[in-house]
Amino acid sequence: MNAPVLSRQIPKPLVALRGISKQFSNGTLAVRNVNLDIPAGEFLSLLGPSGCGKSTLLRMLAGLGAPSAGTIEWPTMDYDASGQPMRDLGFVFQDPTLMPWATALKNVMMPLTLKNVSKAEAEERSVEALKMVGLAGFEKAYPRELSGGMKMRVSIARAIVTRPKILLMDEPFAALDEITRHKLNNDLLELWSAGGFTAVFVTHSVFESVYLSQRIVVMAARPGRIMADISVDAPYPRNEQFRTSADYAAWCRVASEKLKEAIGS
Amino acid sequence: MSATDTLQTSTPQRDGTDAADLPVFATEKTVLGVGVSTWPKIIAPMIVGILALAGWEFAVWWNKVPHFVLPGPLLIGQTLITDWGTLSGSLWITLKITFAALIAAVTVGVALAILFTQSKWLELSLFPYAVILQVTPVVAIAPLIIIWVGDINTSLLICAWLVAFFPILSNTIMGLNSADHNLRNLFEMYGATRWQTLRYLRLPAALPYFLSGLKISGGLALIGAVVAEFVAGSGGTASGLAYRILESGYQLRIPRMFAALVMVSVTGIAIFLATSWVSHMLLRRWHESAVKREN
Repeated sequence: MNAPVLSRQIPKPLVALRGISKQFSNGTLAVRNVNLDIPAGEFLSLLGPSGCGKSTLLRMLAGLGAPSAGTIEWPTMDYDASGQPMRDLGFVFQDPTLMPWATALKNVMMPLTLKNVSKAEAEERSVEALKMVGLAGFEKAYPRELSGGMKMRVSIARAIVTRPKILLMDEPFAALDEITRHKLNNDLLELWSAGGFTAVFVTHSVFESVYLSQRIVVMAARPGRIMADISVDAPYPRNEQFRTSADYAAWCRVASEKLKEAIGS
Repeated sequence: MSATDTLQTSTPQRDGTDAADLPVFATEKTVLGVGVSTWPKIIAPMIVGILALAGWEFAVWWNKVPHFVLPGPLLIGQTLITDWGTLSGSLWITLKITFAALIAAVTVGVALAILFTQSKWLELSLFPYAVILQVTPVVAIAPLIIIWVGDINTSLLICAWLVAFFPILSNTIMGLNSADHNLRNLFEMYGATRWQTLRYLRLPAALPYFLSGLKISGGLALIGAVVAEFVAGSGGTASGLAYRILESGYQLRIPRMFAALVMVSVTGIAIFLATSWVSHMLLRRWHESAVKREN
């Protein structure tokens, strides 16, 4: 089985990166000339070793720090008066990044509160979001009363409560134990297939990227650049059977080889 | 396809590894409304205190120390009761100055901290002067303030405020800047206004820092009030507890001096306990400092 390198010509991608470079103030070239189209609804993983600029790329997508060169276009989103795209996105960090002084419910409500959604509606939608991540009944718990996996679920609930068009995730499960990670992977796929959002998932795990994604973009470090674009054509829903299948092993081998090339180069 | 359909149902399967587990809250037995583990913290220092007082009383009696050199604790207690009329009036004055100074310190300290964190220029240009106010000994500037202001109570208030406001200012600034960077990024992503970021992120993040500043400032406000009154009292114009201590010293009424001293100490302890209690109540649900370790 050989991975076909995609050359997508879809009329309107959700987001188009054109010649993106990013140089930090200390001179480090974090990302060099990245061109990438992400179609709406896709589950895409950015796979690469640490220092390959995958997180930097994700943050630029989120509007944190402008690229030094190139443009990020959102063809289907509205732009405000100052020419900034009104990004409709959710973001999940590597750490849960919850407010320790607020309950799970208040944490999930925060994006809606900031968008001036009425309290009653924000509460209703947040309860719903907590239910979707399997935390019904934990509305009043404080972050410190929750386990690592549960905190991550709250973080995901907060990211999807605004029903965003795109969900950006920066190695969200890297700090969790394997059993919890597998469960959250399954739950994330369920949310994705039900929720209709585009997912961009940054990871350094070949297995995780193959399990989750339709498409894996492999990146190399110093400077960060795209080395391969693999399309994982395995059907959804994927589950524990897929994890043990020969297909999965084959895709992992393909991705590993590309990653090895990326590190070796 | 049908074999995998079960995974698409809306209720995810749970195997008890994570979200299905309920958090464990430990409840402790209580005696007279106080937790079992708290009692030793009350009893142990009490025993030490009683032993020390008994030793003191015995030493005074055994050596026949005259009252004007060192009165025993029983005599001090007696004086506290007989002179309560004069002393309570002085206590009230000292308390009023202390609390007014503390309220002013909180108001000005927090307001300045918010201003400083909103504008880098304001902080750069004004913070050094706050430091100068802090490092100048209050004893040295109290006479000037008393001369300039005229009114004795207002002067004492200003002195106590000068001593008390800096810990609140510097702690609150640190707290406002301590909000998690990724949370700040998140607020930026959601287009939060300055006011929203302050209200929902920076002020709550600053609360533990502010409260530890408040604990320090509570004690300092009292010290400031007493020290300033010592300066003013040597002019014979004040009437708070510090003045009673000076007056009793001049008149060699040493038991009364000790009684006033006890009142100052008890006031300081009460302020510390009150600020600690406020801090505990506000932080107990979420902050590591107020949460009991469960291992």
